[in-house]
Amino acid sequence: MPRLIRNRALAEDRYTLLRDAATLADVPDGVPIIVPLALWSERRVALIARGETGVWLAPADDPGTLAADVARLAVIAIDFPQFTDGRGYSHARLLRERFGYAGELRAIGDVGRDQLYYLAQCGFDAFAIPDGRDAAAAIAAFADFSDGYQATFSRTPWFRRRQVATAVANACVSCP
Amino acid sequence: MYRYDAFDHRLVQERVAQFRDQTRRFLIGELSEDEFRPLRLQNGLYIQRHAPMFRISIPYGLLSTAQLRKLAEITRRYDRGYGHFSTRQNLQLNWPRLEDVPDILAELASVEMHAIQTSGNDVRNITSDHFAGVARDEVVDPRPYCELIRQWAALHPEFAWLPRKFKIAVTGATSDRTAVLLHDIGLVLVKNGAGDIGFRVIVGGGMGRTPMIGHVIRDFLPRAEILNYLDAILRTYNRFGRRDNKWKARIKILVKERTPARFARDVEEEWSRLEGGAATVPDAEFDRLASYFSAPPYDNAVDDEPAFKSALADNRAFDKWVTRNVHPHRIGGHAIVTLSLKRTGVPPGDATADQMDAIADLADRYAFGEVGVSHEQNLILRDVRQRDLFELWSALRPLGLATPNIGLLTDIVCCPGGDFCSLANAKSIPIAEAIQRRFDDLDYLHDIGEIDLNMSGCMNACGQHHIGHIGILGVDKNGAEWYQVSIGGSQGNDAALGKVIGPSFAAADMPDVVERLIDTYIERRHGDERFVDTVRRIGIEPFKERVYATAH
Repeated sequence: MPRLIRNRALAEDRYTLLRDAATLADVPDGVPIIVPLALWSERRVALIARGETGVWLAPADDPGTLAADVARLAVIAIDFPQFTDGRGYSHARLLRERFGYAGELRAIGDVGRDQLYYLAQCGFDAFAIPDGRDAAAAIAAFADFSDGYQATFSRTPWFRRRQVATAVANACVSCP
Repeated sequence: MYRYDAFDHRLVQERVAQFRDQTRRFLIGELSEDEFRPLRLQNGLYIQRHAPMFRISIPYGLLSTAQLRKLAEITRRYDRGYGHFSTRQNLQLNWPRLEDVPDILAELASVEMHAIQTSGNDVRNITSDHFAGVARDEVVDPRPYCELIRQWAALHPEFAWLPRKFKIAVTGATSDRTAVLLHDIGLVLVKNGAGDIGFRVIVGGGMGRTPMIGHVIRDFLPRAEILNYLDAILRTYNRFGRRDNKWKARIKILVKERTPARFARDVEEEWSRLEGGAATVPDAEFDRLASYFSAPPYDNAVDDEPAFKSALADNRAFDKWVTRNVHPHRIGGHAIVTLSLKRTGVPPGDATADQMDAIADLADRYAFGEVGVSHEQNLILRDVRQRDLFELWSALRPLGLATPNIGLLTDIVCCPGGDFCSLANAKSIPIAEAIQRRFDDLDYLHDIGEIDLNMSGCMNACGQHHIGHIGILGVDKNGAEWYQVSIGGSQGNDAALGKVIGPSFAAADMPDVVERLIDTYIERRHGDERFVDTVRRIGIEPFKERVYATAH
């Protein structure tokens, strides 16, 4: 079982992930689940009624499909079949910044410590670390960089903050 | 030039620490080769034929003398005392040890340098005009804009895992010297009718296996929007670029498959959601960046003072060098000097540590402590007083850096090829040398005039053979090294892709082939027409007939 990191700490994972070919018959009663986008699109009403259902997106899926559902989904997961396939980074930013998704955004698949910093900058706050990788040690990677130049989900570009930071620094230096 | 502040320093140092830890985990077996490879590539480290190859970023081809001395020191301490300046204005080392790379990165960080994203499927080094800031035909100095884009690209969290590598060039002159039409994104700084600065945006150009000329998708983008617009292009590419086939993964294929018009609409739609957002650049930031590139204290001098003119008249060799290697400067009495790294017998673009140190000393004395790198693999002193040229030339000659061949046949652009590169199908350096030796008569070389000869050891086109007036591509035929020749390519405002003249040749035939191409040109040229102009006028047939009539 993958270990879950949520909000930069190891966390319990209540959700069961249903992979590609899942049908409604695979959905166990009373267990929180994350279903493929195709199943969600097909059985949306039934799954909404069921509650505690999240959706996962494959790299080729359109995150815009979930635009109308962002307020009712507690978990959206984005799959990385290989960590070198970067489409999910853009999907995450679109979900967060364009569609206003505020729930848990989880990276699943080939997720390792060397991807965590950038993933977090794009809006992911949960990470399913596969077996064989040290999830506890991976948490240190969130501190790989203290800041960055670009506008991301969690910060404005440095050039917008620089003047304020410089003014504050100067003010402190000149404190009596 | 740009100087790091505490923020820039911290990021680069954090990158060094990150890669040091990644290297450590790889060496103890915690990271597999497959996991480590993309990480090391994003720090410029390839595993090559003999040893790792390590590529150091030289943002928009600009170095301080302190940086150049550090590069010399690094090549001595960690390599074999030389480096190779590449067509992306970077420096490559051919013999470092993997274990040493974190230490090399730390050395680089101490002089405000890094190797971030010099390889990998990410945004690579931003290239620019090697005459930026001093060219007479410059409309807008591209350097502050390059620095803005360098910062945007560096460690961009959304675009570290693109379908394929991504190259951006920026120019602000009326004559293009950056091959701006042959980049994933080409940006031309322009002024509109109101005098506002903006960009003409070109996408989908590139060389490699499927060379294409880029398409203008926007004639004028206000400069404040540049990062929003780049985000829009990169996001469109990141989401929709092909990932099923490495050879169809560059943005040019997406632009072609969607058509440039539809691709432009997709980008504009994405941009409309980002326009005016957090990444909009305020004027104050442009002003701040521009302040790093203010003009040095030039002399009050005029062009062609008597002493300079008499030196030209008295010394034919000096006159030849000035004709070929010195370009007009926007300030009277000053000159732009190109130091040729194309001396026969030395691999094109290579410089030794001793040469780097000597160049740094000369740049401190004559050129305000800055050295440029051109994508033609030569070094540039941008701000030399005309009255110092003779002294500078006299100092460059014993260093082997005054070969008067800039823009001539022996100024060959060439990748490291099969001698070093594990991707190469064929060697390139010995072919370049054989051609240089064939054309060793300086008077004849000058008579042939301007000609770009570009050579790549494989389809990846690091030697930019598609835009050579003569382009040579190393190919593999049943395990043997062969060379395919194209003519009529060009960079610049009228960029064109060369046309292949026919079946490929054995290595030993290449000097003869080039000689026959040149003979055809000499016989058929009109007036002071360049080689490429003659090819355009009469087509490739006469050249083809001549070459194949006797070669086969």
